[in-house]
Amino acid sequence: MIATANAHSGQNPRSLPKAGHLLEIKGLKTYFYLFEGVARAVDDVSLHLDRSEVVGVVGESGCGKSVTAQSIMRLVPEPPGRIVGGSIVFDGMDLVKLPADRIRNIRGNRIAMIFQEPMTSLNPVFTIGDQIAEMFRQHMHLGRRESLERAVEMLARVQIPEPAKRARAYPHQLSGGMRQRAMIAMALACSPEILIADEPTTALDVTVQAQILDLMLQLRQDFHTAIIMITHDLGVIAEMAQRVVVMYAGKVVEEALTADLFDRPLHPYTAGLLESMPRLGSRRPGRSRKLKEIKGMVPGLLDLPPGCSFAPRCPRAMDICRRRVPELVPAGNGRRVRCRLFPGQGDTSATTADGG
Amino acid sequence: MATYIARRLLQGIVVLLAVSMICFIIFRYMGDPVLAMAGKYATQSEIEEVRHMLGLDQPSYVQYGRFLWNALHGNFGKSYVTRIPALGLILERFPATFELATTAICMSFLVGLTLGVLVALRPHTWYNRLVMAGSLAGISVPTFLTGILLIMVFAVYLGILPPFGRGKTVTIGFWRTGFLTIDGIKHLILPAATLATYQLAVLLRLTRAGMREVLAEEYIKTAWAKGLPPRKVIFKHALRNVLIPVVTMTGLQFGELIAFSIVTETIFQWPGMGNLLLTSIYETDQPVIVTYIMLAAFIIITINMVVDILYAVLNPKIRYD
Ligand SMILES: Nc1ncnc2c1ncn2[C@@H]1O[C@H](COP(=O)(O)OP(=O)(O)OP(=O)(O)O)[C@@H](O)[C@H]1O
Ligand code: SF4
Ligand SMILES: [Mg+2]
Repeated sequence: MIATANAHSGQNPRSLPKAGHLLEIKGLKTYFYLFEGVARAVDDVSLHLDRSEVVGVVGESGCGKSVTAQSIMRLVPEPPGRIVGGSIVFDGMDLVKLPADRIRNIRGNRIAMIFQEPMTSLNPVFTIGDQIAEMFRQHMHLGRRESLERAVEMLARVQIPEPAKRARAYPHQLSGGMRQRAMIAMALACSPEILIADEPTTALDVTVQAQILDLMLQLRQDFHTAIIMITHDLGVIAEMAQRVVVMYAGKVVEEALTADLFDRPLHPYTAGLLESMPRLGSRRPGRSRKLKEIKGMVPGLLDLPPGCSFAPRCPRAMDICRRRVPELVPAGNGRRVRCRLFPGQGDTSATTADGG
Repeated sequence: MATYIARRLLQGIVVLLAVSMICFIIFRYMGDPVLAMAGKYATQSEIEEVRHMLGLDQPSYVQYGRFLWNALHGNFGKSYVTRIPALGLILERFPATFELATTAICMSFLVGLTLGVLVALRPHTWYNRLVMAGSLAGISVPTFLTGILLIMVFAVYLGILPPFGRGKTVTIGFWRTGFLTIDGIKHLILPAATLATYQLAVLLRLTRAGMREVLAEEYIKTAWAKGLPPRKVIFKHALRNVLIPVVTMTGLQFGELIAFSIVTETIFQWPGMGNLLLTSIYETDQPVIVTYIMLAAFIIITINMVVDILYAVLNPKIRYD
């Protein structure tokens, strides 16, 4: 009884839209206190997620995507990491401040996560079935047999053939794609309201990637789960997300509806990402052209340049960019952008947008 | 699984054969069995008679064949000193050694595992440093010193535990046990602790290293992300993986403890096989020495085999090799 009520809390009138968003992150700061200095892996990140929505988080390696996800799950390795500021509000609770035992009732149960490496994300000494069943036992307090039965059901729902047989298999007996399906089954076991997918297809080969993405889209409908899709692949974003958040060096630099972003990227970094993105044949036939890389290296978090972190690589950088950190400002149609080229930077009202 | 076991069995037999060959060489060519049997003042004809009786006048492969044949029937010859069959002599001492080794291995497994896990979970605390320093001492201090120190503190200075012997025992069938009397258990503590020290330190370090490695694994992140409580993450998901090498190591050590507890048994005058071996070496009682070596090899090989099978059971990845 409790289990079913819980399983569909997505439509439970009790928790239907309380004015705000399903998840709202405001001014999140997660720092790593290392021997060499403080790495501001997530520095003043704000983003929100609505019910059944897919939001993409995109950016190059090391820009803080995974740490953002870990912060939501309160899985930041501590020490050296620590959430030093901001709030993550979910269902009226600030996850940043929630005591450990209450956060455990949310993890896996209401906010679930899948990781990049299906190879190493499953425990090698337990069967697939056991590992999925554990979710039902932990969060729904079901018995051993029933949990296992529901685990087999879940395997069927992620389209694993011969689910009963696979449930008895160990992770090493399954292919990468099958393992990732099993991970998804595990994550969705308790019908979470939010699924955080941290590069779920990066480790898989292309055909399997497409299948897994399709599966996720389909399951999102069935389970009414909102998804935070973390990736460095804009192709995945185009496929999956309604809205995109672009991160660079621990900060959000642009946020827009996916269509708008692809149509007209505002931030020079986003533009660079788009230009370096291989077009899938179907999308723009006949327009094969050379890919442009964004020049330069991602700066180390320990020696970020003053001012705009992107300035050293930005083709349109101005003097002021190197002195002052730009703010994230609204840019119409729900967009936000962190760049001097756009009006609204409070501290320099005189600066115009034609600097480059 | 069946082929796996069969293969291990075959390997075991090959190793045993090799050991028997070495034993035979020791038996035949080191020291002079004739001298030992006939005595120093034997005449030439007496010597010839003994040589013939022992079959020493036959070619060596015949001798080896006979040695093997007899060994298979549990006949390793009689002790030169006591004239009692060597195997019986040793087996009589087996319970004492077995009980000592079992107690020691249980101590080192339980304490080593517990401390190893604790220390791995809290790497930056004072007790972590204390335990790690202690384990280093446990590995580097020689057994005889540990034994003597324990005797000094607990037997001589504090006077709460007996310094030597096995105390009161109870005989059940052929087995003489010290487990069933308080006195017997008291006598067991110091020698078992001495024997356990080194193994404990090794297991502790192994557990700690394994635990820290496993805790950094991706599947542990998954376990946390599932919302499991720390107890489940650590004792189910992590420990289960750490146990694979630790159990293997414990098993291997157990065989060694049974076979080579010589130093400890000597210090504590423990009436076990190790003690007997030392006496036999003093008296060049070759049948006993050879029997001991064969028996030790047999025990170690058997235990290794059991450990390998256990390993296969614990680790699903090699189940069908
Ligand atoms: N456990 C940690 N210890 C120290 N620093 C860390 C740790 N985890 C993350 N960081 C720091 O945080 C930064 C951001 O890491 P994060 O894993 O979020 O990057 P990412 O955007 O997910 O990149 P990728 O695409 O490679 O996964 C890293 O560059 C690193 O400096
Ligand atoms: S603020 Fe300046 S340097 Fe930074 S992205 Fe905009 S134009 Fe480039
Ligand atoms: Mg990452």
